Amino acid sequence: MASISSFAMPSEAPTYSFAAAQSASGQPRQHGFYPYTDNGGSTLGISGDSFTILAGDTRSTSGYNINTRYAPKLFKLGGSGPNHEGSKIVLSVVGFAADGNALQERLDTIVKMYKYQHGKDISVHACAQRLSHILYNKRFFPYYVHAILGGIDEEGKGALYSYDPVGSYEREQCRAAGAAASLIMPFLDNQVNLKNQYDPNSGPGLEKVQRVPKPLDRTTVEEIVRDAFTSAVERHIEVGDGLQMMIITKDGIEEVYTPLKQD
Amino acid sequence: MDALVSRYSRPAFQNEGYSKEDQQQALQDVAPPLSLNFALPPVASAASWLRAMTDDHSNPNVPIKIAHGTTTLAFRFKGGIIVATDSRATAGNWIASQTVKKVIEINPMLLGTMAGGAADCQYWLAYLGMQCRLHELRQKRRISVAAASKILANLVYSYKGMGLSMGTMCAGVTPTEGPALYYIDSDGTRLAGNLFCVGSGQTFAYGVLDAEYKYELEDEEALELGRRSILAATHRDAYSGGYINLYHVKESGWVKHGFTDTNPVFWETKLKKGEFSNVTANLD
Repeated sequence: MASISSFAMPSEAPTYSFAAAQSASGQPRQHGFYPYTDNGGSTLGISGDSFTILAGDTRSTSGYNINTRYAPKLFKLGGSGPNHEGSKIVLSVVGFAADGNALQERLDTIVKMYKYQHGKDISVHACAQRLSHILYNKRFFPYYVHAILGGIDEEGKGALYSYDPVGSYEREQCRAAGAAASLIMPFLDNQVNLKNQYDPNSGPGLEKVQRVPKPLDRTTVEEIVRDAFTSAVERHIEVGDGLQMMIITKDGIEEVYTPLKQD
Repeated sequence: MDALVSRYSRPAFQNEGYSKEDQQQALQDVAPPLSLNFALPPVASAASWLRAMTDDHSNPNVPIKIAHGTTTLAFRFKGGIIVATDSRATAGNWIASQTVKKVIEINPMLLGTMAGGAADCQYWLAYLGMQCRLHELRQKRRISVAAASKILANLVYSYKGMGLSMGTMCAGVTPTEGPALYYIDSDGTRLAGNLFCVGSGQTFAYGVLDAEYKYELEDEEALELGRRSILAATHRDAYSGGYINLYHVKESGWVKHGFTDTNPVFWETKLKKGEFSNVTANLD
């Protein structure tokens, strides 16, 4: 008899409404407090000279189940109205979607409050520091998320900040997070920061000259992002369905959605 | 009569809605700045729950892997204090970053180093920076390194057993103390000293540093010794690597001496100075 009151996915084996009563042994049972689910997926951000691109797949999983094929991991912060008109900062979160949403709501409120109080938009620098403090505020009950924040800094250059779950942060050129981070990040190191690429005309040994990374143009970055995700989809079960990209420039945010493989 | 009534009666809904204080409170609630009010999990033992969730040392399969910092050193000498670190952050076996800034510039005179939990060090050294500035404003003079390090030590001691993880050094030069160096860790230890290495690569760094260290070092020699000690640690400790971050603290404040990639430094040390002879350079 399958339980009716269980909130488990229907594909799971039949369970009983009082699963705990099954182990009627007199031994003490330890009840775990496990408030997290890994919803899989991956995000990635690359900053250029005058733009920042954030991207994330739209699949949401729990275990081997796919919950939905369209659950965005990218959120515009601030701006007005339900569509965040005029927003210039994007937050991407991957990990536990509920924590991600809670985090996005908090930061969004702060960004809006800042505008109401000071009459100007918050800088990405300030927003980045604030996000770090929000995450650290739950140091003893962490948000299960890897966040990446993107925007345009006060000099008009692309800005990208990445975070660990408890708020240590760093400004970077590129960062991949989530399930396929270990697949995407080495690719980015090589293609964006030109790691392990040497000038072919330089000599051997100590004469080898490391190629110097230059800021990439927008079309190149978009291609790199697409390649990173199509490749990750091939080799990671939790990544797929759709690719959501947000391109932040001084004029605002452009959103692009492209389908990925759905298997 | 009506005029009198309207003069002395107040609008019925005058006190409805939010007062100024309520609004301020509401703002504080949604947006806590640097503060000491931390959220706690709804369980009896917050510390052991946190350990089960985040301590990848005792269980490699924990769900939340917190970034860890690694080899750091600082030593006092004739010309001030040298502070040097690597730049690798690891989460389990995953190299989370190769470009971490583990020397934290608390203010133009004071430096802190970062080993252990990256977020713990970043947050609490930022908090320390705030306290140092407040001290300056209230006392009209700069804080001593002893006092600054004690603020931090007392602070982490109050969170003892909660799972903070940090091993940090505070370095600075003040007119009253001269060059001063303190080691503070999350157990609450606070030690003054001439020479400290902290992190998983500390033993390797101590090996080089202890052999070559003397107080009468010239500035250039001291910088080179700092660099060489970190290089040794990045070579033998898998959790250390990336770039060498070098600082020199003087009376006039700290001076940064670069963020250099270890790989070319390693090959230069090997091929030009003949060190690291355990590593073969030719493949035949």
